[in-house]
Amino acid sequence: MDKITALIVDDSSVMRKIVERSLRQAGIELEKVVEASNGAEALVALQSNKVDLILCDINMPVMDGLEFVRQAATMESAKGIPIVMITTEGSEAHVVQALTAGARGYIRKPFTPDQVKEHVLPVLGKKQ
Amino acid sequence: MNTDTSLVTRSREENWLPILELAVQEVFEIMVGCRVNVAAQSEHKPNEEFTAMVGLAGSLCGILTVCCDAKTAGEIAKRMLGDTADSQEQVADALGEICNMIAGNFKNKLAGTDDRCMLSVPTVISGGEYSFHSLADGTCMETLVLFEGAPIAVRLQLES
Repeated sequence: MDKITALIVDDSSVMRKIVERSLRQAGIELEKVVEASNGAEALVALQSNKVDLILCDINMPVMDGLEFVRQAATMESAKGIPIVMITTEGSEAHVVQALTAGARGYIRKPFTPDQVKEHVLPVLGKKQ
Repeated sequence: MNTDTSLVTRSREENWLPILELAVQEVFEIMVGCRVNVAAQSEHKPNEEFTAMVGLAGSLCGILTVCCDAKTAGEIAKRMLGDTADSQEQVADALGEICNMIAGNFKNKLAGTDDRCMLSVPTVISGGEYSFHSLADGTCMETLVLFEGAPIAVRLQLES
């Protein structure tokens, strides 16, 4: 598998590290990890980084994950980049909102590395 | 509180406490890599040097808190991050996320509640010299779990 650049968006630096570790445990080779602590920072990061995958929380200050997904969908630099939500918000309504806005996957916290693998590999076009 | 409200509150506590305990156990097992066991509250009382809290609004309205001593909070952060957890900020961040995931896991287990209940971002207080006053005056559930022998208190206070 080619090395990829991942953008991890979460207001918790601990969760960003855990998501990064889970990606590595899933066998995904990371060239670079870009971190953002809310949706607004993530939009800025997308303008200056070539990203292959976005993992995004929902509940964040400044700009939440759903708004980020909606705005990213309108950006040329974000076109085609798969977005997977990783969040404590596990309701059907949130899943539908996220997928409607343009997310390609949805992982509920707490999560195992296997769940990350199960949801991330398909959106990268890789077999598990 | 009238008799009807009191019965509803008691029923909620009886039915939801096992769900809260399960939510706590799952979060620790999956995210911290450690099995925690429910302990008798009379035998253990945590030194509440760290308190993480997450607010709930909507169909459930109240606050969930997770309290433990500083050493336990540090150990939880180390288990989550590896040996890189070295600052008080990271310790607070880790405990806040544990609280957030317990609140989310709990509400996701209550059928019909999760769609209409929102969580706040977590807040963490370090230091035990404070008084806690919640306007959530209804159901109060508390469970105590042992993490490597150290007590952690998880409380859920909800408006009636």
